[in-house]
Amino acid sequence: MLIDHPLLGLRDSSEFIYMGDAKLLNRPNWKSKNSKTKFIDYGYLRKNPGGVHKELWYHEQGDRSWLVVTRNTVTHEILKVELARYLKRKENAK
Amino acid sequence: MKYSGIKVLWEGLRGNMGWKPLWRNPDPKKSYDIIIVGGGGHGLATAYYLAEKFKITNIAVVEKGWLGSGNIGRNTTIIRSNYLLPQNQPFYELSLKLWENLEQELNYNSMVSQRGVLNIFHSDNQRDAFVRRGNAMLMSGADASLLGVNDLKKMVPFLDFQNSRFPIKGGLWQPRGGTVRHDAVAWGYAKEADSRGVDIIENCEATNFLVKNGRCYGIETTKGVIKSKKVGVCVAGSSSQVMGKIGINLPIESHVLQAFVSEGLKPVIPGVITFGAGHFYVSQSNKGGLVFGGDIDGYNSYAQRGNLPVIEDVCEGGVALMPMVGRARLLRIWGGIMDMSMDGSPIIDKTNIKNLYFNGGWCYGGFKATPASGFCYAHLLATGTSHHDAKDFLFNRFEKGRLIDEKGQGNQPNLH
Repeated sequence: MLIDHPLLGLRDSSEFIYMGDAKLLNRPNWKSKNSKTKFIDYGYLRKNPGGVHKELWYHEQGDRSWLVVTRNTVTHEILKVELARYLKRKENAK
Repeated sequence: MKYSGIKVLWEGLRGNMGWKPLWRNPDPKKSYDIIIVGGGGHGLATAYYLAEKFKITNIAVVEKGWLGSGNIGRNTTIIRSNYLLPQNQPFYELSLKLWENLEQELNYNSMVSQRGVLNIFHSDNQRDAFVRRGNAMLMSGADASLLGVNDLKKMVPFLDFQNSRFPIKGGLWQPRGGTVRHDAVAWGYAKEADSRGVDIIENCEATNFLVKNGRCYGIETTKGVIKSKKVGVCVAGSSSQVMGKIGINLPIESHVLQAFVSEGLKPVIPGVITFGAGHFYVSQSNKGGLVFGGDIDGYNSYAQRGNLPVIEDVCEGGVALMPMVGRARLLRIWGGIMDMSMDGSPIIDKTNIKNLYFNGGWCYGGFKATPASGFCYAHLLATGTSHHDAKDFLFNRFEKGRLIDEKGQGNQPNLH
């Protein structure tokens, strides 16, 4: 698979390390209500869809940025690649 | 149908006209005592042990495709019980004991061949870890012995003993491990379950569960509604897809694992051999092909096919361990979908919905577990309580912090 890195262009997926579902970007607040249940969900439970999946890839053999890749798990087609830090900044600015 | 030498002789004299299909092709009844979703190795084994040990025969096994079309037909056929943790090892030893008697029990030739499993180690530290593992195996009643370099040179002289990066220091040897003709496992269980009255319904996809007041009372399928007192899901590879239909998120990611077979060669590899410095395992089939595999690709996938970097990695591991395989040509490569769980161990448990049960999360170790998985799942479905050797394979181990993590990798499924 080739991942279209927003800064570096097409890179081979073997340069990356895979971290799974992009829900990991949204760590629950430990002070919130039911934080125990939320952390069990955060740590262990996954939707694991057959189809479009947002997931984290780390460019370890490259610029060491975290990417959010939108990919189809049935066809391996990559639909969208974004920098995780830009997504988080946008979210935090809201 | 009973197989015997006399039957073979008799049929040979009569032009082999008397052989019959091994199982019927029934339409689903309106209701059953138990429905098993998934007609693979584990599902068929569950149906067989329910009928044989618990005398429950009003059972349907529903299968989306044809019987045994999933991972029972896609694995590398290895059986062994060489685990470390006390929650795992007795379970896999139970499985190996069931394998040893499988052909007699099913009256079917599944070619159970106990030619031994050899785990190579390459350093003093790795030897110590394997000694510990060997002792854990012995304590569970399994067999294990430690072999030195001289033993290995007699047994497997073709290994690269003087490899400058990963010199071979010895191996952990389990003589009772080996290989089994994988498809014949599904066929054997299907034959015996069917002969006890179990309905095996192929080309019948479970599309939804019937749930009322938190109780499951049947399933919707492509062949209509089927009611049942209990429903057991057993669809490793598609677990999240099936359980997702009623909104249950599982501690599982689906990953693709590739397997490989070479052209047929003269007998050269005596048993199963695994590389200790990379991920590579190999055996030789009765047809002569080298059957081997390595790591999963490492990203969520339902594609049943993988990518080239892993193929390269597996072949590098093979050549590092036994340079002679560099000249063998690959015949086929295929992929299967694994339930990779968060701690690398399976789940055989009730769900939050009453009368709905779950068996899955086998990572890429499901084939060797087939008999014990069926046995313990049948125990759970029939009695409502976990079998002694599978009592730790529960959903709540994640929230309780009782993970069964053989490799100590944490909640990162692609590392198990």
